[in-house]
Amino acid sequence: MRRLERILLPVGVLVALFAIWELYVDLGGADPLVLPPPHAIASALYTDRATLWSSFTATAQEVLFGIAVAVVAGSVLAVGIHLFATLRRAFMPLVIASQAVPIVVIAPLFLLWLGFGILPKLLIIALVAFFPVVVTTTAALETVDPELIKLMRTFDASRLHTLCRIELPAALPGLFTGAKLAAVFSVIGAVFAEQAGSNSGLGYLLTISENQFLESQAFAAVAILSLFAIALFALLTVAERRALPWAYRPKGDATR
Amino acid sequence: MLPAGDVAIEAPASERAGLPGHGGVRIVEVARTFGGRRGEVAALAGLSLRIEPRETVAIVGPSGCGKTTLLELICGLQRPDSGRIEAAPAALMPQRDLLLPWLSALDNAALALRARGLRAVDARAAAAPWFERLGLAGFESARPYELSGGMRQRVSFLRSLLAGKPVLALDEPFASLDALTRAEMQGWLAHALEETPRTVALVTHDVEEAVLLADRVAVMSSRPGRIVDEIPVELERPRHRDDADVVALRARALAGLGVAP
Repeated sequence: MRRLERILLPVGVLVALFAIWELYVDLGGADPLVLPPPHAIASALYTDRATLWSSFTATAQEVLFGIAVAVVAGSVLAVGIHLFATLRRAFMPLVIASQAVPIVVIAPLFLLWLGFGILPKLLIIALVAFFPVVVTTTAALETVDPELIKLMRTFDASRLHTLCRIELPAALPGLFTGAKLAAVFSVIGAVFAEQAGSNSGLGYLLTISENQFLESQAFAAVAILSLFAIALFALLTVAERRALPWAYRPKGDATR
Repeated sequence: MLPAGDVAIEAPASERAGLPGHGGVRIVEVARTFGGRRGEVAALAGLSLRIEPRETVAIVGPSGCGKTTLLELICGLQRPDSGRIEAAPAALMPQRDLLLPWLSALDNAALALRARGLRAVDARAAAAPWFERLGLAGFESARPYELSGGMRQRVSFLRSLLAGKPVLALDEPFASLDALTRAEMQGWLAHALEETPRTVALVTHDVEEAVLLADRVAVMSSRPGRIVDEIPVELERPRHRDDADVVALRARALAGLGVAP
């Protein structure tokens, strides 16, 4: 019953939203050339499926690699920041500033330096997506009870041992939270990267459909991007529940 | 200035020189002051205390009197500003059990053995026989959240015991338990220490617990903490909370704390 409700509720909200959208356009509230009605987007999803699919695979590849780079770079930086106060003081302002710089401004620079391959896109995606990983993982590392660290010291545990056996496992839920945010950010990052200069991917498709007034196709691309982000988020949620069952217990932990 | 080997230094705690052939603790005129936002706070001043090898000394005192600081000095987690501490290597048992939620009870108990470099199989094999002795048989693979408060505390005790240090520093080990479980655990701890004698520094705010478990009760003053009374408890074990002798010693300890019995 609860399970059914969990599925029906978001589907119901979406169906209602699409119905209002459809009626609004059909009744002349907006020009279909500006805001295509859902049925036109649905038919574009079908008729343009070959183009959409090939664009999707290009974007998906960039996004998946981008998340990987962001998670690895983000967690390494988080551990460094956690271990060395100097590193935090030195890099934290830069890390925050990197998020305030509009990607639109620096994306062309990356292209200029690194060409049109996948590398500049990976960098742009990773730049957008590593920040949540750093923030959530650092926060999770700080939640480890200082008493536990003292306990390990009286057990003659080395700093490395305590880090690997206590602090890193305790930080995994935080890392997953960061990765879930990174997944969604990566999708946006990929679109930015492709719009800055590319000849493939859903971001590129968006640019050319907009230029040719193919609004239905553009919205179809957006629909796929949204579904992809939801799928990545759900996949990471399932993976987290599988990998860290202990993090979902109400009691019995030393790390919160 | 103190000879370097005698004082606690920063982690790892083992770098401090143990005293060969000596399993006890000797603290002489120790002072410890913390710098705070509102100036300096003297936690301990002129504190002296001896714990003989295999002796259990309970340390009671009002809250904030520096009991935890004293334990951390014994464990080598802090160093005194002045005075001398000679202590055999000590393992801490914290107030809250702090069991790791991602490990089984057995792996939690074996944590110190793993820290010493034992392989997982060997550490488990070494910890497993203790589960029977400590009344935990059958709960080896249970996760911490599946254990009762008393059982979690027993696993925590075993974890510190298996560190293999001659001295155990117990920081209010039963303070978080309900009264019934606490009484049960006090009896259990007395029994466990009889079976595997250690030098024990037991910090507690429960005077009755101190009299029931310890060979000697050291009464601390309020901040800055020092020992104001030492009460030998030369009573047969097992002791009961309503024995006349226990009640009398309890009253004496309470009087030492400045509390009317």
